[in-house]
Parts: sequence; structure tokens; C-alpha cells
Amino acid sequence: MARPINAVNTGSTADIAFIVLVFFLISSNMDSSGGLQRRLPPMPDENQKVIDQKVNKRNVLVVRINESDRLYAGGEIMDISMLKDKAKEFLTNPNNDPTLPEKEDKQIEGFGMCPVSKGVISLQNTRGTSYDAYIKVQNELVRAVNEVRDQFAMENFGKSYILLDETKQEIVRKAVPQNISEAEPKDTGKK
Amino acid sequence: MINKKKKEMQPLNTSSLSDIVFMLLFFFMITTTIRETTKKVEFKIPEASESAKLERKDLASHIYVGTPIRSEQGKYGTDARIQLNDSFKSVTDIRDFVAAERESLPEGDRGLMTISIKADQNVRMGIITDIKQELRRCSALKIMYSARKAAPASE
Repeated sequence: MARPINAVNTGSTADIAFIVLVFFLISSNMDSSGGLQRRLPPMPDENQKVIDQKVNKRNVLVVRINESDRLYAGGEIMDISMLKDKAKEFLTNPNNDPTLPEKEDKQIEGFGMCPVSKGVISLQNTRGTSYDAYIKVQNELVRAVNEVRDQFAMENFGKSYILLDETKQEIVRKAVPQNISEAEPKDTGKK
Repeated sequence: MINKKKKEMQPLNTSSLSDIVFMLLFFFMITTTIRETTKKVEFKIPEASESAKLERKDLASHIYVGTPIRSEQGKYGTDARIQLNDSFKSVTDIRDFVAAERESLPEGDRGLMTISIKADQNVRMGIITDIKQELRRCSALKIMYSARKAAPASE
């Protein structure tokens, strides 16, 4: 006897899917893992004698944050909103000022000769500095480098840095290096 | 006569409901990550406008720094503490943690391991500096300061 085949009852699939959905909602988190990426300098070898690297004074911009989160850049007290412009001026040295870092012509693969700044930003902090202030300063310095990179990309490729392809980004990264050094901690303040 | 006035209610067609719920489910499965550790410290990560996305999430290990949550405060106090995996640890334990994390990655990717420091915005730099020094000692040099994406500060 040919009986009509009943359709499978799918009324409960929605319920099952809801249960699984709720499970995922509970067991997962949405926090985006973004942040400021840094490369720490390797630990100096203990046996090795410390060679005092002579870095020309004009090539270093010392940024220091003290216990009360006050910012000193290049020896003067500065508000955080000024830091980006200071760092940009330091990195680009538009007028070839003798007190700002010198530039060295470097051969960059796929681009040619290009003056690369030798400037290094040295970031120092004490044990009492708050993390928030430290990240704010790091952020401003990264912003300065990114803006200089954007400027370089605009001048040479006519596009902003993010829109360039991988090889061109590499060229820009070489032409405008991100030289931010996180100095050895100074033994200031109690442990 | 009654039939004329009272029409029989048609049952609502719910066959597409499960499809909709499944779509929601897939959305959540893709956009979220499974929580691996139970949070034992309270932290609010700082804001940064230049925050960049981590390229390889699977290569990241997390170090949490912050004040212990309320239920743990009786035992551990309110000072900033370091949490590795599921328990409170001291700075000297970072070495073992890094070694274990490195061991768990495939051989080729070990050089790319990133340590993401998730610290509360109110902690002092002292504890962060200690962590950084310890990480340098075990040559885990790629680090990331975890930060929320924020609008750039006004000029």
C-alpha cells in the first residue's frame, strides 16, 4: 500500500540551534586582540663587556615619563598633545637642522637611493609611571611614525601607506624605520 | 453560519526559524573566540588610536596583569598581580610559562610567538618592566601591549 511519506518534523531544530547558540554566547568572548606591537631588545650577554655605543647626541630624542606621569621630551616639559609634532619634526628634519638627526643615503631594494633618518627615540620610564600614560606616549610615537610613513608614501607612490601593496609597504618601512627604543629600566623609585 | 464568522487560524510557518537561528549561530562562531582562561584579575585595557590587529591569533600567549577579582581579594589582596593561564603567578614563573607556550607551537612558528600583555590601565610600570625584563631573559622578544582601538586624540 502506497502511503504518503510524512515530512520529518523539524519544529525542534530551532530549539536545538538556540541551545547551541546560547552555549557559544556563554563560552566565547568578543574582545578584539589588537594593540601596539613592539620588539624588545635582546638581553645583553653577561660575559660580554658592555661596549659603550657612541651615538651622536643629535640622533637621540629622549622621552621620559616620571612618577607623576609628567612628560619630558628632549629635556623640556611637554604636554602629550605636542609630542607627536615634536617626534615628527625629529624624524623628518625638513630643514636639515644640525641639531636634529642626520640622514644617511641608503640603497633600498626596488626603490633606489633614499635619505634615511638615523634618529632614535628613546623612551624611558620609572617604576611609578602609570601604564595608561606609558601606552598613551607609545601611541603618540607610533602615530608620529605612521604619519611620516603616510607622507612618504603619498609623495612617492601617491597613495597612503595602508593602501599600498606589500612590497611597497616594505620599501616605506625601510625608508622610515620605527626606531623606538625602550631603554633599560633605571633604578629609580623603590621596587 | 459559525464557519462563516470564525475562520480557522492558520498555524504560523516556523520552518525558516531554524535557518535564521543557524545563521546567527555561525555569525557568533566566526566572530568570537572561545574563552580559554577564567579571568581572575580585573583589567580595563588602555585606549590607543594606533592599535593594530594581531595577524596570527593562534601564536599569541596572554599575560594578564591587574587587581584580583573581588572573590579572590581576601586571599591575594588588592595589589596588581600577574595571571598566567588559570592562576596567580609571580614574575619568576614567566620563564616556565613562555617555555611551555613555545613548546606547544609547531616548530616553524616558534620564532613568531607573540606575548600579548593585557594590563589594567592603572597598574604601575614597575610590574610591567619586571615582566619585560623577564621576557627578554627568555628571549621572547615579540610583544604586544593590548589596547582598545579608539578615535585619535583631538588635535
